[in-house]
Amino acid sequence: MPLTAADWSAIWLTLQLAVLTTVLLLCIGTPIAWWLSRTRSPFKGPVGAIVALPLVLPPTVLGFYLLVAMGPDGFVGRFTQQLGLGTLPFSFAGLVVGSVFYSMPFVVQPLQNAFEAIGARPLEAAATLRAGPWDSFFSVVLPLARPGFLTAAVLGFAHTVGEFGVVLMIGGNIPGRTRVVSVQIFNHVEALEYAQAHWLAGGMVAFSFLVLLALYGSRRRTPVAGF
Amino acid sequence: MNPRKACLALSLSLVAAAPALAGEVQVAVAANFTAPVKVIAAEFEKDTGNKVVAAFGATGQFYAQIKNGAPFEVFLAADDTTPAKLENEKLTLPGSRFTYATGALALWSAKEGYVDDQGAVLKKNEFQHLAVANPKTAPYGLAGMQVLEKLGLKDAVASKIVEGQNIAQTQQFVATGNAELGFVALSQIYKDGNVTGGSAWLVPGDMHDPIRQDAVILEKGKDNPVAKAFADYLKGPKAAKVIESFGYKL
Repeated sequence: MPLTAADWSAIWLTLQLAVLTTVLLLCIGTPIAWWLSRTRSPFKGPVGAIVALPLVLPPTVLGFYLLVAMGPDGFVGRFTQQLGLGTLPFSFAGLVVGSVFYSMPFVVQPLQNAFEAIGARPLEAAATLRAGPWDSFFSVVLPLARPGFLTAAVLGFAHTVGEFGVVLMIGGNIPGRTRVVSVQIFNHVEALEYAQAHWLAGGMVAFSFLVLLALYGSRRRTPVAGF
Repeated sequence: MNPRKACLALSLSLVAAAPALAGEVQVAVAANFTAPVKVIAAEFEKDTGNKVVAAFGATGQFYAQIKNGAPFEVFLAADDTTPAKLENEKLTLPGSRFTYATGALALWSAKEGYVDDQGAVLKKNEFQHLAVANPKTAPYGLAGMQVLEKLGLKDAVASKIVEGQNIAQTQQFVATGNAELGFVALSQIYKDGNVTGGSAWLVPGDMHDPIRQDAVILEKGKDNPVAKAFADYLKGPKAAKVIESFGYKL
């Protein structure tokens, strides 16, 4: 295998980042998606638009603003410094924060679609059976929205694995801490090490294809996936 | 006309409109030379009436693009090895390579009074992050690492180094305060003989290998008189004045 220790370290770091980001996004994204799917508030439009912003913004724009906001003079940076955490750029925690913003729409939108597809009637039926809101969420909504959760988790994970621009802007290319696979590929290409770049890049293509194949293959049987 | 034909006709007319106008040269410029080349190009345009279309980026990236048929006619690289490599690969106009500038390195902080004019701040080692451009790809990054080695500090600061992919990103890390200090190209923080903001140590040139920046006329530009004219202009006294005012040596 022509992959070096540095390549493997980047692969391991990328998987850690993607798993952590996906878990956090499912926790944060579920209430947001639920609220978006149920609310009649005038804030529904603006909040939905903010969540969708990373779909259209170049990652470097997002990365640049994160760099400025999380820096020592930015509002996030001041807050983290007051908490005694220092500043977030050039740290793994910083990458997690960046990835959560960057992959947010890929998790929230499938969930929102799945929740909307369920509609009000199953919940009304649950209410007539005296299920409280939490009970009906866990025993009615969660099972019905399972394909949506699967789609959200897979897309959130895969999208974080493929993240580049944001990491490049706030990472600092530190081995074992912020040097993920996409950055490592870029390093190889820049250093004209095309053979190693090919191995990593080809691996990424194969991995992404398999992940999406698993997702769309499973979808054939479950039409309510929603994205 | 049916929609498919209309679509085809539209695409064809767009393609037909694309060819470059006469009196124009496409130049690929290393990021650290962005500011001076803008001034030089403006003077060149004023003096000759020809237009300079400049693209700014990393030297290694330009190399990959040129190898894969990018339409650049002149290449101002951040090093001397990449143009030499293109020359070996017969992708240049033979004999057109020359050194247009020698880069100067600076240790810079966005904070006033943070970096002293001897670089003692490095030895004190009280900072959290030291920004250096990727030494494998950026000549200024390599020079920065050589300086650290010369000072015997390479191991002491190793865990504090954050890498910018190129010299522009390195400067950004420092400018936003995320890294307290970093090695940048003097040209990025220098104008008309003065450092433009923050504090800096102008690293003596004998502490690292010379950062020779070479220019070359590429294959695609060998029949374009404007490419030749621009290369000559770059060697001339007017360009030299601009280049030196940005802190480069010749």
